[in-house]
Amino acid sequence: MSGLPMLTLLTVLPLIGAAIALFSGKHARGVALFIALIALALALVVWSGLPSDGSIGMVELHKWAPSLGIEYHLGVDGLGALMLVLAAIVTLMSVDAAHRVHHQPGLYYGLVLILESGLFGSFTALNFFHWFLFWEISLIPAFFLIKLWGGARRGPAATQFFIYTMAGSVALLIAFLALFLSTGSMDFRQLTQMAASGELETLVKSHLGPVMLWLAIAVLAGFAVKVPMVPFHTWLPAAYAEAPSPVTMLLTGAMSKMGVYGLLRIAIPIFGPQIAQIRTPLLVLAVTTVVMGAWAAAAQKDLKRVFAYSSVNHLGYCLLAIFALAVPASGAATVASQAAALNGVILQMFNHGITAAALFWFVAMMQMRTGGHRGIDDFGGLRKPAPVLAGLMGIALFSSLGLPGLNGFVGEFLIFRGAFPLAWVAATVSVLGLLVTAVVILTVIQKVFSGPVKEHCSGFPDLHSSERMALAPVIGLMLLLGLVPQLIVGSINPTVQNLLAHWRF
Amino acid sequence: MLAWTIYISFAGALLEALLPKEKNALARWLALAMALAGLTIGVAGFIAGMGQGQVEIVHAAWVPSMGIHYLLAADGISRVLVLLTGIAAVAGVLFSWNIELRTNQFFAFFFALIGGVYGVFLSFDLFLLFVFYEVAIVPKYFLIAIWGSTRREYAAMKLALYSFVGSAMVLIGLLVAYTASGSHSTALTDLAHAGLPVSTQMWVFPLVFTGFAILAGMWPFHTWAPTGHVAAPTAASMLLAGVVMKLGAYGCLRVAIALFPHGLDPWGFAYLGIGSWRDVFALLAVIGIIYGALVALAQSDFKFVIGYSSVSHMGFVLLGLMTLNQIGLDGAVLQMFSHGVIAGLLFAIVGRIVYDRTHTRQLAELETMHLARRMPFAAWAFVIAAVASMGLPGFSGFVAELQVLIGSWTTNPLWTAGAGIGIIVGVAYTWRALQMAFFSDIVPGAHVIGQEQAHPFAAVTWPEVTGVALLAGVSLVVGLYPKILLDSIEPAVKALLAGGVQ
Repeated sequence: MSGLPMLTLLTVLPLIGAAIALFSGKHARGVALFIALIALALALVVWSGLPSDGSIGMVELHKWAPSLGIEYHLGVDGLGALMLVLAAIVTLMSVDAAHRVHHQPGLYYGLVLILESGLFGSFTALNFFHWFLFWEISLIPAFFLIKLWGGARRGPAATQFFIYTMAGSVALLIAFLALFLSTGSMDFRQLTQMAASGELETLVKSHLGPVMLWLAIAVLAGFAVKVPMVPFHTWLPAAYAEAPSPVTMLLTGAMSKMGVYGLLRIAIPIFGPQIAQIRTPLLVLAVTTVVMGAWAAAAQKDLKRVFAYSSVNHLGYCLLAIFALAVPASGAATVASQAAALNGVILQMFNHGITAAALFWFVAMMQMRTGGHRGIDDFGGLRKPAPVLAGLMGIALFSSLGLPGLNGFVGEFLIFRGAFPLAWVAATVSVLGLLVTAVVILTVIQKVFSGPVKEHCSGFPDLHSSERMALAPVIGLMLLLGLVPQLIVGSINPTVQNLLAHWRF
Repeated sequence: MLAWTIYISFAGALLEALLPKEKNALARWLALAMALAGLTIGVAGFIAGMGQGQVEIVHAAWVPSMGIHYLLAADGISRVLVLLTGIAAVAGVLFSWNIELRTNQFFAFFFALIGGVYGVFLSFDLFLLFVFYEVAIVPKYFLIAIWGSTRREYAAMKLALYSFVGSAMVLIGLLVAYTASGSHSTALTDLAHAGLPVSTQMWVFPLVFTGFAILAGMWPFHTWAPTGHVAAPTAASMLLAGVVMKLGAYGCLRVAIALFPHGLDPWGFAYLGIGSWRDVFALLAVIGIIYGALVALAQSDFKFVIGYSSVSHMGFVLLGLMTLNQIGLDGAVLQMFSHGVIAGLLFAIVGRIVYDRTHTRQLAELETMHLARRMPFAAWAFVIAAVASMGLPGFSGFVAELQVLIGSWTTNPLWTAGAGIGIIVGVAYTWRALQMAFFSDIVPGAHVIGQEQAHPFAAVTWPEVTGVALLAGVSLVVGLYPKILLDSIEPAVKALLAGGVQ
């Protein structure tokens, strides 16, 4: 396999699929399913072929525009490969979930596949230009998926989403321009090395003056919009609620991970000391994200908005852990905590992707069965007419709540295990978020599944066999990862050690 | 070989003029053949010239007693711009396929203009360059005045007057340089080596630069551009924005900057942070970027949005020129090419594909027409053009504007900040126009849908599809692999910088 440019193949495949899907009309969903399956298989091949020492493997390096520091530089480590697998799974789920696209199906599935390519590209790029290309590419299909197939207020939602993300992109671009001017490089690995040796800060200072902190803030802002972090989150509820549910699955399951991934691959390695310097305000924002996300979820009446804010809350834990571990290593205990926190972050990214996508899938099914109802009070007693749906959705909900034995628990446990010794105040306050999330999830279960059956829900059909078949692997994965987290942790732990060894705060 | 682009274009103009009047189809196919021939030569010349520096093509004495030469040559910059002209000419013919009024005359003027443009890009004698530059002005006037739309006489006259004023300024500079250098040669290299006194350069430079920059749409002398672009028939708008504005920018670089480099030296005093002509023109460029973008944001006429966007994007070219460093000048030249392609695409979609079917350019009226559903080709072509125009990575504009930003940052970060604001406003106006024109949220009533279905728009034609594919493809290829052009531009810019420019 070493001879094949696997990562290029993986990125190009969905683009080819998109071109075919565009012109295959009614058969577009079949094409998209097929392509998404192959992409998942390829992603698994990449995952299984990683170097065992946690370093970056499968490197492809070619000249592109040398005078601008632009190279075609691809590679993945455990973090990147896990994100590839996640993106492939979520895309497959999304295509699977979207089987009633009557309006321009060719275009719809084409855009979904372009989005998948954007995700793959940004999770494998090791040069800023290349990464930025795919980061922006993914934005265009996402915008049109919301704009053309969304709910009643899709226009403003799509525009708000677009403008927020663009503003973040401009901030990122400016920061990397500054780095390029100082170092002549846009390569993530070179910049990481320079940052680790302290050379980067000296160079920037001598070329541009003491602006390193501002560059760090610009980069953080770019990613904070995407994750999102309070106060840059206001685009999210509208976008998640107005987008068709299968698209929301992609947005929350995969696209939000681009932000966290960016923090881990780009912001922390290059701006470690600066982030350590402003760690306290960042931790305050992360804790606010956790707590506010949970409270806001508790206040919602629309199931999609409940899960949207709950996503903000869940990704807040990732932010908490990332900023908590941004301290200079002082002894083995700190390093162990950092490693635990980072393992937790990566695991949480994957778990949240699967679980949140599954939850929005269930909402899609409920909407389809009741002619578009998705209010938390619109249902009731669903476990009577639809026990299987209630059972499976219950598993997904408990996974989201973080019940031990399901996948969500392990990630959050590791995050708190790592964060407590490193930032105990922030971690303690964040526990509040865990409690409120529990209340939110239990309220959803209570109101939707038990109580008297609402009139329009009496004929609510249960999951039919094809839906059960489609959901089974996803629910199975939640159980499997909850019981044997080693499946992922075993592979990402070397990467975590390798990353921490190259970071300097 | 490249000289044949000029001869073929003028021959094409002559042939078209001599064609019998009723043979419209013949005129079209002849035009397409001529444009393709020009493009083929341009591509062949570009490929043959890769890795070579400045290559002399023709060198004959013209008026020996005055030292005027018929001197054609090409360096990397010329070859890139000749390539652009070839592409713009082919696309222009494709989007003029529906011209029924005096078709042969239209193409005659069209090719006279193209021939003049090729000539300017290949002239290495200042007098010859000036002749071609003037030749290009006249056909523009007739193209707009005869085949134009909105207030066409006014726009045509305004364009011609602005151009002539600019030319007059250039002419004065030409004469000064000629006499001051001893009146024995008008070849660019001879003039550059003449060693004009700094005090002369100090006043000639702004004169000549402004003269050319008028045609490049420099604020505050840009007002001909939006009205001219809007009034012109589609192919002429494409040429105006695509290549004619580049003539101005090219003149700024090849003549003003290369011949009078000391005009850019500091004055020795500074007022409000402005201490040289370079600061003055950079400031005007930045104002143009922001002003053009803001005005585009406020337009109600779709074509005016594109017209003002040209002013904004050409500001990047001028800003790149004023950086006077390798990367900034590379960016300026690449932006000339990139904007030529993208502006052509935008005008083609707005002025031709959409307008010919809807017969309105008012965004408020287009909003009620649900064009994304009724004209999907135009809608998605415009999405591509808009994305390219906003400067998203993957398209040529990104690489070009990035280089200009990098170049200007090393010179003066404040310029970069201003240009950055312009980019953000650029995203806003492009996205606003895109959403209003194609993806509006106004839900049609049942009877509206019925009416729309009863009167569908004419189907897209093959010249439209080919033209869009050509322009979008070029922008994409250059965006993904800028090395194609940069390998030609970089050595040429390096030589220019080594030849006296700071």
